[in-house]
Amino acid sequence: MRSTSSKNRTSRAARAAAAVLAGALAVSLTACGGDDDSGGNGNEQGGTGQETGNTVTLPKLDGESLEVAAVWTGAEQANFKQVLAEFEKRTGAKVTFVPAQDPIINFLGSKVAGGQPPDIAMLPQPGAIKQAVDKKWAKPLGADAIKELQENYSPGWQNIGKVDNRQYGVYYKAANKSLIWYNNQVFENAGATEPKTWDELLATAQTVYDSGVTPFSVGGAEGWTLTDWFENIYLSQAGPEKYDQLAKHEIKWTDPSVKDALTTLAQVWGKKDYVAGGATGALQTDFPASVTQVFTGGDQPKAAMVYEGDFAQVNIVQAKAKVGTDAKVFPFPTVGDTAPVVSGGDAAVILQDSKAAQALATWLASPDAATIQAKLGGYLSPNKNVDNSAYPNEVQQKIAKALIDSGDDFRFDMSDQAPQAFGGTPGKGEWKALQDFLKNPTDIAGTQAKLEADAAAAYGN
Amino acid sequence: MASTEAAGVTPTPAAPKSRKSVTGTRRTVAVLFLLPALVLLGALVVYPIGYSVVRSFYDQSGDGFAGFDNYEALFTDDGIRTALKNNVIWVVFAPTVATALGLIFAVLTERVRWGTAFKLVIFMPMAISMLAAGIIFRLVYDQDPDKGVANAVWVGVHDTFAQASAFPKAHPGRESPLEAAPGGGFITKATVSAGTPVSLPLVGVAPDQMPDDAKKAVPAKADPSGITGTTWQDFTRGKGVGTLGGVDASELGYAGMKIEAVKGGEVVASTTAADDGTFTLPAAAEGAQLRLPPDNFKEPYNGVDWLGPSLVTPAIIASYIWMWAGFAMVLIAAGLAGIPRDLLEAARVDGANEWQVFRRVTVPLLAPVLAVVTVTLMINVLKVFDLVFIIAPGSSQDDANVLALELYRKGFSEDQPGIASAIAVFLLLLVIPVMWFNIRRLRREVRR
Repeated sequence: MRSTSSKNRTSRAARAAAAVLAGALAVSLTACGGDDDSGGNGNEQGGTGQETGNTVTLPKLDGESLEVAAVWTGAEQANFKQVLAEFEKRTGAKVTFVPAQDPIINFLGSKVAGGQPPDIAMLPQPGAIKQAVDKKWAKPLGADAIKELQENYSPGWQNIGKVDNRQYGVYYKAANKSLIWYNNQVFENAGATEPKTWDELLATAQTVYDSGVTPFSVGGAEGWTLTDWFENIYLSQAGPEKYDQLAKHEIKWTDPSVKDALTTLAQVWGKKDYVAGGATGALQTDFPASVTQVFTGGDQPKAAMVYEGDFAQVNIVQAKAKVGTDAKVFPFPTVGDTAPVVSGGDAAVILQDSKAAQALATWLASPDAATIQAKLGGYLSPNKNVDNSAYPNEVQQKIAKALIDSGDDFRFDMSDQAPQAFGGTPGKGEWKALQDFLKNPTDIAGTQAKLEADAAAAYGN
Repeated sequence: MASTEAAGVTPTPAAPKSRKSVTGTRRTVAVLFLLPALVLLGALVVYPIGYSVVRSFYDQSGDGFAGFDNYEALFTDDGIRTALKNNVIWVVFAPTVATALGLIFAVLTERVRWGTAFKLVIFMPMAISMLAAGIIFRLVYDQDPDKGVANAVWVGVHDTFAQASAFPKAHPGRESPLEAAPGGGFITKATVSAGTPVSLPLVGVAPDQMPDDAKKAVPAKADPSGITGTTWQDFTRGKGVGTLGGVDASELGYAGMKIEAVKGGEVVASTTAADDGTFTLPAAAEGAQLRLPPDNFKEPYNGVDWLGPSLVTPAIIASYIWMWAGFAMVLIAAGLAGIPRDLLEAARVDGANEWQVFRRVTVPLLAPVLAVVTVTLMINVLKVFDLVFIIAPGSSQDDANVLALELYRKGFSEDQPGIASAIAVFLLLLVIPVMWFNIRRLRREVRR
């Protein structure tokens, strides 16, 4: 699970720093990328506004003031503030950004209890939106916002913002978590090629291994990277229906499809010398290190490939590697019939209903808003009307295209949909079970039993 | 309560019976002046404690009364039980070891000329925040010997005694004439015969790990009087294996690879490959299988798994001691300065050796200070959180768990405020006797 929005303490500071770098890189890439109409030098104060077309009608809101809470820090926050600034310019309202902490739902809890909830909050998981609705914090979207949303979003992205058939969330930001990043130099040395299927991935891994480099880096100190591995394999192998059922715990984790997915996973995790540092080493590697160790060390990095979402770019830049030349990316290979697209994202949810809040939700659902942040880099929008050329570099364009092309076939991160005790707590539930599985990949039945026991307790069925 | 008991025996004048105190202040005035402090204390200390106690009897949402369910969870939940067990280990070992080290440092620094400088250095870690110390030790204990200094030292010592092998991770490639041998290493599938050169290709040795004297591999010449062959890295940079099972131009020989000829389980001949990977075996090896014994492929020693499940708690305790031994030392050194020198001198005159002086005179005289230091550290250790939170990687956080960390996890990441409050109350109950002991001791000190 976990989108870029800081889910864990270890990486937060690092990411903040790296996000600044990412922003800097994005700007420099825009500048030299030859993408003429994006105009890298047009980024001076307020300049972004003129570049984007005016496709959304917003009311005049002079004198109104709004608060928006999100967990974003660093460049991500700065970029988002530019989007808010454009809203201020167009409507005359004043918008304040409220920095929140993870888990944001607990942060909002204290704000609501204090009687001062922000007008809009960015919630990272469908589970959190449901929680906010159950606690009667969230207010449904108005007609204007829904109209804007329907114009710009595929039904799949609309639906995950719905609770009990009412639209609450606007998915403003998305993450594509079906990517494998690799060290281009290592692949060239080994004569390896980008794989399309799981078998090709294994063949590529073997070729890389034969060349003397460990194929995979796994950030096992944090369980969410492991659940993401599993989800991609499961989605592709068992199919979207089963994926949805498992996400709702309508089928048990002892289901044969889970066994197949774990068996497939063990082909990578369980193979001697396929994982950098072995299982014990991987279990102590946190996510930022799992990325940087692939892109440092010249010809002999600790590993050749690392699986994670688009936000891994931040760490790649931190490792002083160039995205697109040193670090390349291929979509997660097909295990079953189709390639998986697992995604995450942050949805804007209204907590205090007002004309201004509705207008801001409408604004965030518009391609204008998303285009501003897309140009600044480090951001993906699920908005299908955002021009692909708005993304500052080729890799980002490729990732965005894969996300939009998947239409409604994408699936939201399963562990993000699960109750937090199962899918989102360090050392507990799915995180812990998969960490134990990484340590002992032969124990498939035991892992399934443990997953089922924890899931049953967390879902309460 | 202790205060009333102590007040009873206190030789200080009893409280005045009149409404006016000795200084002539009215009680109302006194209360007025105390009010701000009382309000602050009440709002910031008493109220939160009271609320925690109340909250601990309510369920997760805070609406339903749960009785003692949350306290029952304290002793049935696996996570909390590990935390309890670890807390006991912490309370027993961390304060005693820190105090013992502090005592040793204090006594020794008293006798060296650069004592103050030495004390300064030992005390320095106290100036670092727990968080920073945690980050430092997370690095110190890193598994990778290139990053973690603990493993760097350990591996360094280990490798001086046991040499690592030259070809770790070498393995047969596709369609190899070799297969894994029982008991490790690799063995040819077919038997060899004189006059037919043998090829023993392997892959997977990283270029920077190849022996420095390895030269370009050459195919062996046939020799009817013995077995000849080549063992080499069958991998060309950028081209993959090139000619499968054949020597390509830029491929390197495995210089120094040991080769054994095995017939019916017995080693009949053995040799070592030359720099270009070629080797020759006597005619006795005719009809044998060639084996590359496992000591060619021994994995480099990777050091100790400091932050693995079994060692993580001792490792974190060690980092705590690194921080707090200085604190113990400074307090004990202050106590030491207060010991009358003539007692030590008298003991020496009476013929006691230094150990006896230390054991029979210094330590008993320091006993009150030692007790205060130990107890203070105990209170400190009961609430330890930051070091564990930061040093233990997510995968072994469960094994390193302590009560304060479990409180945080239950309260803020699992959304179980009821159970978290129960843990808080339980911690409070654990601290109270230690506090009481400390306060009583302080009172006695004052009276003396």
